[in-house]
Amino acid sequence: MHAERIVENLNRAHHELFGRDPAVCLIGEDLLDPYGGAFKVSRGLSTLFPERVLSAPISECAFTGMACGMALAGEKPIVEIMFGDFIGYAFDPLWNLAAKSVSMYGRRVPVHLLVRCTVGGNRGFGATHSQSPQKHLLGIPDLDLFEVNPFHDNVELLAELVERGNPVLLFENKTLYSRHCLREGDLDDLFAWRFIGPRREFAKICIEEPETPDAVVIAPGSVVFPALEAARRAFFDREIETVVLTPSQLHPFPLTPILDELARAKRILVVEEGIAGGSWAESVATAIYSRLWGRLENPVACLHSKSSIIPCARHLEERVLLQSGHIFEALIGESVRA
Amino acid sequence: MRVLRGAAQRLSADPPIATEATPAPAEADIEALFLIRGFERLLLDLFSQGALNGTTHTCLGQEYIPVALSPLFEASDFIFSNHRGHGHYLARFGDAEGLLLEIMGREGGVCNGVGGSQHLFRDGFLSTGVLGESVPAAAGMAWSLKRRGGRGIAVAYVGDGSWGEGSIYETLNIASLWQLPLLIVVENNAVAQSSCAERYRAGTIGDRARAFGVRALSIASSKLDEIRNCLAPEIAALRTRPPRPLVVEFVTRRLGPHSKSDDPRPPQLVAELWRSDWEAPLRQHHPALCERVAARVGARLEALRANALQKPFSEWADAR
Repeated sequence: MHAERIVENLNRAHHELFGRDPAVCLIGEDLLDPYGGAFKVSRGLSTLFPERVLSAPISECAFTGMACGMALAGEKPIVEIMFGDFIGYAFDPLWNLAAKSVSMYGRRVPVHLLVRCTVGGNRGFGATHSQSPQKHLLGIPDLDLFEVNPFHDNVELLAELVERGNPVLLFENKTLYSRHCLREGDLDDLFAWRFIGPRREFAKICIEEPETPDAVVIAPGSVVFPALEAARRAFFDREIETVVLTPSQLHPFPLTPILDELARAKRILVVEEGIAGGSWAESVATAIYSRLWGRLENPVACLHSKSSIIPCARHLEERVLLQSGHIFEALIGESVRA
Repeated sequence: MRVLRGAAQRLSADPPIATEATPAPAEADIEALFLIRGFERLLLDLFSQGALNGTTHTCLGQEYIPVALSPLFEASDFIFSNHRGHGHYLARFGDAEGLLLEIMGREGGVCNGVGGSQHLFRDGFLSTGVLGESVPAAAGMAWSLKRRGGRGIAVAYVGDGSWGEGSIYETLNIASLWQLPLLIVVENNAVAQSSCAERYRAGTIGDRARAFGVRALSIASSKLDEIRNCLAPEIAALRTRPPRPLVVEFVTRRLGPHSKSDDPRPPQLVAELWRSDWEAPLRQHHPALCERVAARVGARLEALRANALQKPFSEWADAR
C-alpha cells in the first residue's frame, strides 16, 4: 500500500482537527464540496462540518481580518489562501492585527490563527500564480512561518500550529500535493533520512551519515527534491558527500539543533525557490555567520530563483526557477548563483 | 428625532441633548459626558506641558455618541474601537484612571503603557489604530457570538474617513450574506484628519451600506433619549436570530484638531461647529445640576492627574 499523498495527509489533518476541536473552523475561497478547495485540501469538510467551513467571497482582506476576530473570540480559525500570490490583500490583518494583538496590549494575548498558503512555480501558472512570497512575511514579531515538506507529518503539525498561540503562516508548495509522504528510513536506493533535533525540527537526508560532510544543504519544502538530485549527482560524479537538512519551521529559524552539523561541514548551502533580496535564505545565512564565524571553511552560499517574474511556458519557467543544476554547481564549488 | 436617509445632512439645528421641554437628563449621563470632555481637555493640557509622549486623538464634540449607546450594549457584546476611542472606552468602563495611566505610560495603565492611546484591550473592548481594519475583525467576532448562541453583538466604531478602505465593503458583503450580528457605528464628522468630506467621499454612507442589503440609519440628533429611543429596537433586533447587520451613521462634529495641532479647517467653520455643541445649552438649561457634576468630575480628573504624575513608569513583562 502506498503512503498517503501530501494533499491527503493535509486533508486528514483537517478532518482530525475538526473532529476533535469544535473551535477549529476554515475560511477561504471555493471550499465547499464537491469542489473542496482549489487544491482539494478541504475536500469532505463542508459535508461533515457545514457550519464551520466558511466559503467566502473573493475578499482575502476581509476573511483574513474576520479570522483574526474569530481568534480573538477564542476560535481556532484556519484561513486558506488559494494562491500565495494573493496574500498581499491579507497582509494588513496579518501584520497589523493578528501578529500585533499577541503583544501590543501589554500582556500576552493568544491568537490561534493558522493561515495556509499555496505557493511556488513549476506548474505553468505564470507570473501572478507561481511566486514564493515567504520573504515578504519574514521577520514580523509573533508571526511564525512554517513550510510543508514530505517528511514532517501534517496531522501532527497542524495540531501543533492551531494551539501555538502565535498566528502562523504555513506555506504549501503546490508541486508537493501529489507527492507521497515519506517515512523515516530509506528514501531510495541511495539516501536514507531521519529526524534530528529535540523537537524533530529537521529531516536529515544523506547517504551514510558522514562525520565531516563535504556539504550541508538547508532545503525547505519542495526544493528538497532538486537538492537531493544535485546531491546524488555530486556523489556519483565527484564523490562529494552531502547532507540535506529540511526544516519545518522557517521563522524563527531553529538554528541550534543543526549547529554542530553545520560546523563540521566544508560547505554550507541555503536554497529556496524564492528570490534574493531580504530573503529567507539570506536571513538564515546571517544567523549562521553570527554563530559560526571563524569556523566556516567557505562562505555560506544562498541559492535562489532568478530575480525575475515567473514566465508561463515550461522552458522559460525553468530558466528562472532554481534547478538542481544550480545546486550541483554550488556543491562542487564552481559557481554561486545570486 | 430625525432619522435621515439619503443625501448628506447638515448638522442638527435642534438644541442639543435636552431642553426645558424635556425632563432633566440623568445625572449619570451628564457625568459621563463631562468625564469624557474633561478627560480629553486634560490630555491636551498635559500635551501642552510636554507631559505626554506621542500623539492622541480627542473626541471633543462626539462624546454624546458612546454615552448614548452605552446603556444599549450588554456585557456579552464586543466593542471594537478606533484611533479616536477614549470616549468609547470611558463610556463603557468609566475607567479614567486606567486610561490616563495608559496614555502616560505609568503603572496601572490598562495595557501597561504598551498600547497607548489607540491600542486598548480589556473585557470585550479592543481598539486598534489602522482605519477600517477592525470591521472585518468585528465581523469575525460577530460570527463567533452568533454560533455560540446568546444575544451578543459585535460593534465597530469607525469614522467617515474609514469608508475609503475596501475592507469595509468586503465585510458589508459578507456580513449581509451571512446574517451577522454586526453593528457599525459611523461617527461622521465630515473631516478625515485634514481633508473635508467633499474631497474624499462620493455619494453617502447609507447608500453604500444599502447597496449590500445592509440596513442603514442616519442620526443627526445629539439628544441621548432620542438616540436611545430610535436605536433600542434596532439593537434588540440585532440580538434576535438570524440578525441583520446594521449601520448607524451619526452626523456629528469634531471640535478639536485631528490629533494635537493639525486642523486646517477655517476658524469660522470650527466656531459654527461649536455653536451646535451640546455643552453650552446643557449648562444653560440645567445650571445647578451641571455645575455640581462638573465640579465633581473636575476634582476627580485633577486628582487623577496628580496621582498619575506620582506613579512609576510601567513595566512590560513581555519585553524582549
